[in-house]
Amino acid sequence: MKKDVAVIGGGMTIFRRRLKETGKELSFLAAKMAMEDAGIQKDDIDMIVMGTAPDAFDGIHMKGENLLDGAAGAGKPYVRVFNGGGTGVFAPIAGWWHVASGVADVCLVVAEEKMGSCYPHPQTAFQHIWDPVLDRPLHPNLVWLFAMEMNRYMTVHGIKKEDIARVAVKNKRNAVGHPCAQLADPNITVDDVLNSEMMAWPVQRLDISPPSDGAAALLFCSEDVVRQYTDDPVWVGGVGWNIDSTMWTNRDLYFPRYVAHAAKMAYKMAGIVNPRKEIDFAEPYDPFDYKELHHMEGLLLCDKGEAPILTREGVTQRDGDMPICPSGGLLGVGNPIAATMGQKVCELYWQLAGKAGKRQIPTNPRVGVGQAWGDIMQMATVMVLKR
Amino acid sequence: MEQKKDEKVTYPKYAPGTHVSTSDIYQKNITYSWWEPEVQYAWSLGPAYSRFLEGLKEGKILGIHCHKCKRVIVPPRSFCEYCYGPTDGWIELPDTGIIETYSVSYLDPDANRIEEPILIGVIDIDGADEHHGFMHYFGEMSKDEIKIGMKVKAVWKPEDEREGSITDIKYFKPLRGGE
Ligand SMILES: [Zn+2]
Repeated sequence: MKKDVAVIGGGMTIFRRRLKETGKELSFLAAKMAMEDAGIQKDDIDMIVMGTAPDAFDGIHMKGENLLDGAAGAGKPYVRVFNGGGTGVFAPIAGWWHVASGVADVCLVVAEEKMGSCYPHPQTAFQHIWDPVLDRPLHPNLVWLFAMEMNRYMTVHGIKKEDIARVAVKNKRNAVGHPCAQLADPNITVDDVLNSEMMAWPVQRLDISPPSDGAAALLFCSEDVVRQYTDDPVWVGGVGWNIDSTMWTNRDLYFPRYVAHAAKMAYKMAGIVNPRKEIDFAEPYDPFDYKELHHMEGLLLCDKGEAPILTREGVTQRDGDMPICPSGGLLGVGNPIAATMGQKVCELYWQLAGKAGKRQIPTNPRVGVGQAWGDIMQMATVMVLKR
Repeated sequence: MEQKKDEKVTYPKYAPGTHVSTSDIYQKNITYSWWEPEVQYAWSLGPAYSRFLEGLKEGKILGIHCHKCKRVIVPPRSFCEYCYGPTDGWIELPDTGIIETYSVSYLDPDANRIEEPILIGVIDIDGADEHHGFMHYFGEMSKDEIKIGMKVKAVWKPEDEREGSITDIKYFKPLRGGE
């Protein structure tokens, strides 16, 4: 018998290029905040899910075990889940199924990343994710992947770079209301993005989110016990995930069809027939500005090639008809890979609970969708929250 | 139910964590430890990749059929990931194709800045299915000249320098009229 699952608490640390605290300590800080938010003690937590991405960044192999004490995992049923950049939404999906299956009444989800430990730059560790036969002998830089996908997307639809730059401007401005933000900027303009350093055409410095350290946490609880913690719960409406072939040079990169598959799975579970009408706001994964647009299309929130137009028309602003990344996203708040759960799912919870304060969407939202993306341009994870 | 709004409080209510900078480490302002792993790998490449690389050494781009999907696949593999059956036989493909997508990179593999950009992209190989190809460098063209849809041809290393690697192709150059 499947249980309905509520979100009853959220927490996150500041996101910065480098933090003094260890990964365990960051996990502890984020988890403690979520537990205070829900009014819950370690003894009340049945099971724990840890989400954390490539071991090579921290330099600690099997780092799930290294982090578990910080995530309140000692002496508990504990599991680490990991699918690259998709982890930020996959970890809460795993938390959901712990509770939905009935095996746990309360499940704590902690997501942690420390990218600052890898010297001289986490890019060096990214070299180890490429295919050893086809790709590595060419000494690729990870930014190349996104540059090639962005170029394909722009060329197929005839999209101008300035229409993509508007995403970076919006998100870095939205992040001004976020206490944890790394790159909030109230004064940034489209020209600033277009004039920033060229890294790998068409990707420029301000098109990219920064590498970051940070942690986030969420508490999920069963319908059976939720009234002990809140009178006004936020519910998980649906979850979906999907992964396409790793042979990324055998796919047309202009459209992320695996995102559409994951979205359809989540919408079906949530009873959403017309996502454009029934979803009030979204937190699509935005490690690059074009990715927000690509993912809006993958999430079926608009037609293929239409997302830049909606952005230009202001539809995706916090006070627009379809606010996108009201948290400030990865571009504004930062990108500690798995810990972006803080923007992609904690933000849905804070917005729907009316707790987003300076970032609050003014139109009383009732349904939000969050999404993450990862591996070699192939993994999508989607979660719908509703009031 | 009307949403309960509390505009005085913004969640998260506080923002824990302590920012440190790179110079704090180089100047030893904070306590840290250092580790440089030394680890090496030798991968055995299996029948499909091995034959593909042997083909490159001979100056040939080899693809493979999936008869069930009616697909000519490059890079080749032992099984088809979609119909999940074994692949059905080798085919020699021309060493030409079109640029599927590309980038002009001012970053080296460690994210260091470089003056002379690297032209990199995916080549959709002629004779294989649409959008089927592999990543490689481009040469004998400028960053202003390169574009998606451009016809290109492999430039091979001299035979005695080939070693059975994707780098036995030096780069892809524009395929001009008459070639
Ligand atoms: Zn097949």
